[in-house]
Amino acid sequence: MSLRGDGAACLPARDRAARSAVMVLLVATLATMVVSVGMGAVSISPLQILTILLEQIGLPVADAHDPIRAAVLLDVRLPRVLLAVIVGVAMAGAGAAMQALFRNPLADPGIVGVSSGAALGAVSWIVLAGSIAPLGAVSALLGHFAQPAAAFLGGLLASLIIYRLARFAIIDGQTFMLLLAGIAFSALASAATGVLTFIADDQQLRSITFWSMGSLGVAGWAEIRVLLAFLLPALAVLVLMSRLLDALLLGEAVAGHLGFDMARARPALIVCVAVLVGASVAMTGMIGFIGLMAPHIARLFVGAGHRRLLPAAALIGALLLLLADMLARTLAAPAEVPVGLITALIGGPFFLALLYRRLGMR
Amino acid sequence: MLTATQLEYFAGNTRLVDAVDFHLSPGECVALMGPNGAGKSTLLKLLSGDLKPRAGAVSLNGRPLSGWRQSERACLRAVLPQHLDLAFPFTAFEVAMLGRIPHHAGGPGPRDHAVVNEVMALLDATRFADRPYTRLSGGERARVQLARVFAQIWDERPEGPRYLLLDEPTAPLDIAHQLELMAHLRTLAGRNIGVLIIVHDLNLAAAHVDRIMLLRDGKVLHAGTVQSVLTTETLREVFDVHAQVLATAGQGTPLIRFDSCAQRAA
Repeated sequence: MSLRGDGAACLPARDRAARSAVMVLLVATLATMVVSVGMGAVSISPLQILTILLEQIGLPVADAHDPIRAAVLLDVRLPRVLLAVIVGVAMAGAGAAMQALFRNPLADPGIVGVSSGAALGAVSWIVLAGSIAPLGAVSALLGHFAQPAAAFLGGLLASLIIYRLARFAIIDGQTFMLLLAGIAFSALASAATGVLTFIADDQQLRSITFWSMGSLGVAGWAEIRVLLAFLLPALAVLVLMSRLLDALLLGEAVAGHLGFDMARARPALIVCVAVLVGASVAMTGMIGFIGLMAPHIARLFVGAGHRRLLPAAALIGALLLLLADMLARTLAAPAEVPVGLITALIGGPFFLALLYRRLGMR
Repeated sequence: MLTATQLEYFAGNTRLVDAVDFHLSPGECVALMGPNGAGKSTLLKLLSGDLKPRAGAVSLNGRPLSGWRQSERACLRAVLPQHLDLAFPFTAFEVAMLGRIPHHAGGPGPRDHAVVNEVMALLDATRFADRPYTRLSGGERARVQLARVFAQIWDERPEGPRYLLLDEPTAPLDIAHQLELMAHLRTLAGRNIGVLIIVHDLNLAAAHVDRIMLLRDGKVLHAGTVQSVLTTETLREVFDVHAQVLATAGQGTPLIRFDSCAQRAA
């Protein structure tokens, strides 16, 4: 294959290691899903889960029918666990894409302000859709899609504004400017959300509180279908753009030299991130730091190349959110801690540690 | 041929590049030289298409730069910018492999591996191929980036000759690797690749390139063969130095001895 053997082996060897890492993560995620689905006031064993699911798809099962467990599993637990997986995957994908786009390992939808923008979009919708007639018509037209769409628009606007602000700083390599721009934008979005909170009625207020803390409690099959309709195309585009994401780690100019048309690729990437974050935030509220942590942990196992990083980060994102949700359900059972608080409690120190290490390296 | 006519570029109201004509033929090695702030990097960015000129045009193998699909262009022309940071844990080998992106659709194939191995060996970078790029020294990183751009234009293309534009590639290298790099650039030129290099060391350029362009305040003051461009007068005019140009016996390569800094023109 080549004259020199030393370097030739390194990519395939790394590919093999990465593949096994992804397999291990996949098994771990599935196992955690089973545990999470079985956990709660009504416990369901893996065997019972299997029985109920087999029965659901019409296979004859020897075991006795258990309608209560079946209902808990199918109507409550399974949608919730699937929502955790989907949102974890989406946030991890968005985080990996943003880190490449901003060339900054500290970028994350929450830190950079895209989540705040999406939350502002969703909150605006909650408060304003009822009182402004044309919006009501849109709401009737879009149904389930209206709220994710509003959050997506908020996230998209936020991405565009922050990207424009930070662009020149990114080109100069001063990536800390990005964080400052994100902080400023988040503050602005929070202030606007505050104004809306002020004019909201009681029922709207409850919905808004839910956005600000994040919860997987709303999960139903309808929500999951809507979410998948938004997320699957965005995730597919990200996977197709993994070579571009690799090239972007050396900067937009280099990506251009390597043959990517950045004038077209950049908006595609920003829209992808906005869809992933906007739709997720619309369903679950602000669940922070998954997008920061998942790609970081994944890079330890599979390196920086996005062909391997994206699947690994996605699985780690799912795993992190599954575990956070299990904590959220058990810490104060039967009450439920907002899962956004859990991810922030874990993610905040993680972020500070990364920041400390980066500053220490200078 | 890579050509440009009457290029003009402004940053705000400051004219950084002023009516520059340029041509780079396949198989030749040209040095772009001049004092700090002369507009060398700006000119290189105009030639690579990173910056759009206010006036004038750049063409690659007879077709305007904008007339090429970016992906086609990437197989014909590689660019090494002056500063490149990478905050992510790619290995040296993976960074060099990025240069093969224009040549493969999904993942790198056997040919891509072969090319990267070959150029990494050429640039004395095989030893640290598996180490994280972020842990390498400045000179090692520079060699990995050179391997990346070499790998990008290593294969001959039906679309025509290939070009390599390098912005101060020798700056982070020790003297042995500088000399090796210049020799490699000659080898590339021998393979019908046109090489443009921004370099500060006049003696290094004098010994290895075919032509020199001297740039100051965005204008090309002198351009031509090494012997015709490097004279006591031009060096004073362009660089504000008093220098003697000594011819070495036999080869005819000028050797420049710098005596002192001249009074700068206000």
